[in-house]
Amino acid sequence: MNWRELDWKPLALVPVLALAVLPFIGSPSTWLTLTVAGLAMGMIIFIIASGLTLVFGLMDVLNFGHGVFIALGAFVAVSVLGGMSDWTGSQELWRNLVAVIPAMVVAMLVAGAVGLAFERFIVRPVYGQHLKQILITMGGMIIGEEIIKMVWGPAQIPLPLPAGMQGSLFIGDAAIEKYRLIAVIVGLLVFGLLAWTLARTKVGLLIRAGVQDREMVESLGYRIRRLFVGVFVAGSALAGLGGVMWGLYQQSVIPQMGAHVNVLIFIVIIIGGLGSTGGALIGALLVGLMANYTGFLVPKVALFSNIALMVAVLLWRPQGVYAVTSR
Amino acid sequence: MSAAPGRSQASAHRSPQGEGTSMNAANTPSTAPLLELSGVHTHIAAYHILHGVNLTVPRAEVTMLLGRNGAGKTTTLRTIMGLWRASQGTVRLAGQDITRLATPQIAGLGVAYVPENMGIFADLTVKENMVLAARSARTAAHIDGERLAWIFQLFPAVEKFWNHPAGKLSGGQKQMLAVARAIVEPRDLLIVDEPSKGLAPAIINNMIDAFDQLKQRGVTILLVEQNINFAKRLGDSVAVMDNGVVVHAGRMAALAKDEALQQSLLGLAL
Repeated sequence: MNWRELDWKPLALVPVLALAVLPFIGSPSTWLTLTVAGLAMGMIIFIIASGLTLVFGLMDVLNFGHGVFIALGAFVAVSVLGGMSDWTGSQELWRNLVAVIPAMVVAMLVAGAVGLAFERFIVRPVYGQHLKQILITMGGMIIGEEIIKMVWGPAQIPLPLPAGMQGSLFIGDAAIEKYRLIAVIVGLLVFGLLAWTLARTKVGLLIRAGVQDREMVESLGYRIRRLFVGVFVAGSALAGLGGVMWGLYQQSVIPQMGAHVNVLIFIVIIIGGLGSTGGALIGALLVGLMANYTGFLVPKVALFSNIALMVAVLLWRPQGVYAVTSR
Repeated sequence: MSAAPGRSQASAHRSPQGEGTSMNAANTPSTAPLLELSGVHTHIAAYHILHGVNLTVPRAEVTMLLGRNGAGKTTTLRTIMGLWRASQGTVRLAGQDITRLATPQIAGLGVAYVPENMGIFADLTVKENMVLAARSARTAAHIDGERLAWIFQLFPAVEKFWNHPAGKLSGGQKQMLAVARAIVEPRDLLIVDEPSKGLAPAIINNMIDAFDQLKQRGVTILLVEQNINFAKRLGDSVAVMDNGVVVHAGRMAALAKDEALQQSLLGLAL
């Protein structure tokens, strides 16, 4: 990484947005609470969106069914955590983690396995055909939702936070929910792992190169289809992880939750620049902060605020904050 | 500005040992052509671009593929690489039918390809571009040091901008990187689409020198070219295309001497 050539302007957007709203919020403690909540929400959205942006970047596939992996992950967590109530009911954080970490792992495995089948039977027949991709992947998500309803029922199911993750820490007058801090830490770990893989490994190099020019990657002798399947499965697994975290964040799950989050993640990857992981992180943090700030300041425009944010960013950089060269 | 570490210019002038190999060791006799196209037709969507191309590329020679814009030269190269599928006819590499093979399989047989747009990964550094091209290397440290030194001697810009994003290079430097990438590991056949396009004369000389050294080392080269002087200086054999077929094939030296033939085939004198 050559720091002198780093495009720092998009990085500045997050602190600029956070500082710009401070005078409107007034109270620094409320601002801090909202900011941490926004960052936590942004990190969870990033975990979900990172796989989707690579899937689009690498194979030009518009997967509108990504949301089904989110819902699947969350419902799998309901089942796993439901059977570990002794552990989740404990006030000790390490005992909670003994329950939550296996729930995350199982959710990722199930979402990854379903992602493998989704790629094989739903996405592969429609490579290169965007309209069909949109229709069939949305259809896949509807079928997925119905299967979730068959297994877990159509009603909302509570997914309470483990006892040790409930409550808040106080910094001055500002209340910071413990789970939000955990979400930020998990998000940073996922980003660090992704960034390391993309920057330091040959597979990462191939993914970055494939996002730019997959034909040339094939001409160099690499089978990009296999790489794509791997990225699709990893992206699905990350969506499953994000689903667990989103479910715990909302403390409830419904079969339609994937469709609800889908809108946010598409805004995120468009803001970030299709195919850009770093861009997705910036986009996710902006979306998370914007949702929390507007929800507090002007709740009536909260839903519209992220669309407005996307429009503003695209007016500045029409291909997203970190446009992938040659796309 | 950081350059590649630990590469000595002293060793740079040594020519690395033998190229290629899988195909040199093939069962076909060494006098047989390395690449043969027989009656190749290619369609792109509704358009019929190649109308039965017959082309022979002898081993260890530079074959120039000439012709006007739209004659079908680039389509021929892309069909050889499997990037576009031949609808009829056969492509043989060292006697093996590769017509239906996928592009990675063809590359795996020892074919390096430099497309007209150079195919540089602009968001990756020069080093990362080279590591990708070296299929057997996990990192830059795993690239054959002697070969890398030779490449640095051929194309100093590759060393000079080793850690810089490839997208920041000039057009000539990108072309050097594209060729450097193609030769970072031994290959039997090097296919290059218009290597001199838009380059300054000094860089063209650099290119000619590089291809000449590769030829000396037994690499078979197929070049599409519009620059006639480039073709004349480098070519051993020549094929001229027009309207999707090869209309002339022979020795480059013979074509260079025959002005009437040049006029009729290319509309110009060499």
